[in-house]
Amino acid sequence: MAMLEIIDLRSHFPSPDGPVRAVNAVDLKIGENERLGLIGETGCGKTVLGMSIIRLLPPSARVEGRMIYKGQDLLDLTDEEMRRLRGKEIAMILQNPTTSLNPVLKVGEQIAEVIQLHHRCNRRDAKARAVKMLKAALIPEAERRADQYPHQLSGGMKERVMIAMGLASRPSFIIADEPTKGLDRRTKAEIVNLIRDMTSGKSMLMITHDLAAAGEICDRIAVMYGGELLEEASTEAILNDPQHPYTQGFIRSLPSRGLHPIPGTSPSLIDPPSGCRFHPRCPYAMEICKREHPQMVPLDRGHSSRCYLCH
Amino acid sequence: MSLIEVQDLRKHYSSGLIRKQHTIAVDGISFHIERGESLGLVGESGCGKTTVGRLLLRLIEPTSGRITFDGADITRLGRDEMRKLRPRMQMIFQDPESSLNPRMRIGESIAEPFRLKLRGKMSRGEIRDRVLELVDVVGLNPEHVNRFPHQLSGGQNQRVILARILAIKPEFIVADEPTASLDVSVQAQILRLMMELKRRYGLTMLFISHDMDVIRHMSDRIALMEKGRIIDIQDNRSTKVALNAAFEARSIKWGFKNSEPVQPKAIV
Repeated sequence: MAMLEIIDLRSHFPSPDGPVRAVNAVDLKIGENERLGLIGETGCGKTVLGMSIIRLLPPSARVEGRMIYKGQDLLDLTDEEMRRLRGKEIAMILQNPTTSLNPVLKVGEQIAEVIQLHHRCNRRDAKARAVKMLKAALIPEAERRADQYPHQLSGGMKERVMIAMGLASRPSFIIADEPTKGLDRRTKAEIVNLIRDMTSGKSMLMITHDLAAAGEICDRIAVMYGGELLEEASTEAILNDPQHPYTQGFIRSLPSRGLHPIPGTSPSLIDPPSGCRFHPRCPYAMEICKREHPQMVPLDRGHSSRCYLCH
Repeated sequence: MSLIEVQDLRKHYSSGLIRKQHTIAVDGISFHIERGESLGLVGESGCGKTTVGRLLLRLIEPTSGRITFDGADITRLGRDEMRKLRPRMQMIFQDPESSLNPRMRIGESIAEPFRLKLRGKMSRGEIRDRVLELVDVVGLNPEHVNRFPHQLSGGQNQRVILARILAIKPEFIVADEPTASLDVSVQAQILRLMMELKRRYGLTMLFISHDMDVIRHMSDRIALMEKGRIIDIQDNRSTKVALNAAFEARSIKWGFKNSEPVQPKAIV
């Protein structure tokens, strides 16, 4: 059974130039104990998708569709019910730890706050568990670090704190947004290992532009572009046998895979290209790609691609 | 002949009043960059590579050592002499948007070097033509000229920076992680453009990055930096085989598999 099944999700924002369709008719299924990587570039709508699940978008956003979590549609919940679920059942590891952490609270207290909020326990127990979480996140001298403020920690340490905080309430579903952003190679390797170890046996949606990191952690990968999913498959298939021209181009533009750029720029979410969103940049674009909007086509072994080449 | 010669360059920082703490950012490094060559400087964050870039342009003062630019020791130059030299050396920073004046239109930003008469006296018409030419060289459209930086993407803004730098016609460019804030598909576009501009204008370059894969694409030679020292310099023009021992063995090549917690950085 799926832990979370997203059906025809649409998240739109009003703007003076017309609605911004950040998430457009997305279908996604994340199984129990499955870790799914949502890959995409800036402005493709991946963070908005994550925020839609946990209802953290500004009030102006319109979210439609269905999001079935453990048999219940998240969109049917009242704000109060959602508040109780958020952080406990479904936790989010936010991006940019520097701005996401409270600068005037010691990191131990920030983690203890989460624990106290969702589990009945006193301050001292919560604090003790916060230190335990920091230890689990492999922070050396966890007791001392718990009494420090975010600015006293390095970028990698702050990311560890974010992870410890996200997992502190023992959530059954985790949304991690760009957890490896802005880290250097060594620190990134450590954070990737940490996330992989700490989320093993859990369900997770990992939002990232870092294919290498997603490849190390996730079982499946979905590729997002211009508010839509273009391809979805097992991690192995995405890395070794990508079917969609965008996924192929994305991989070929990596410095380790030849640094071959995709010409052009990301599509507008207000006024996207006709037909296939990727056709203006696609080396294989055909006449039909300009006119008709392709559907996700199932290929073999759970691989699917939104491309007329696969029809 | 070398355009840049660096000898025993050092930069120390000290902080605190009573118990002074010293940090050695650059610990006696020597290297040279040939005219038209691109030297890649690679190392982890905190190894001192950005400090080296800033020292080379004398944006910060070295503690000791010599930096020779085209035969002249720039560490001894006075303010005015340095100022005359500045147009010949330029820097590209990580975040393009913060390098552009948010209240200036793109065209004005690119025209600024002309307006400052860095390229001699020019009429308004001439400036306009040159701006449009540069906009084309870096792959932007004429319509971008009237936009503001916030209306462009990160990749487009980095193109604007490149156009403005080309307007100055420098000989030497320090590029400090110029694509760190860009998406991978855009990163590839910008790096390819930089390679092409380097070839076309015979630019000399110090390319700073923590990403070995990027450095390999962008450099003729590669210097590996660790804890304020250059521990190895190797040729990148020959095949990959030549680049081995130090790079692969040292911490630079960190697979995702072998991790151990790093201790917080010790202060010297």
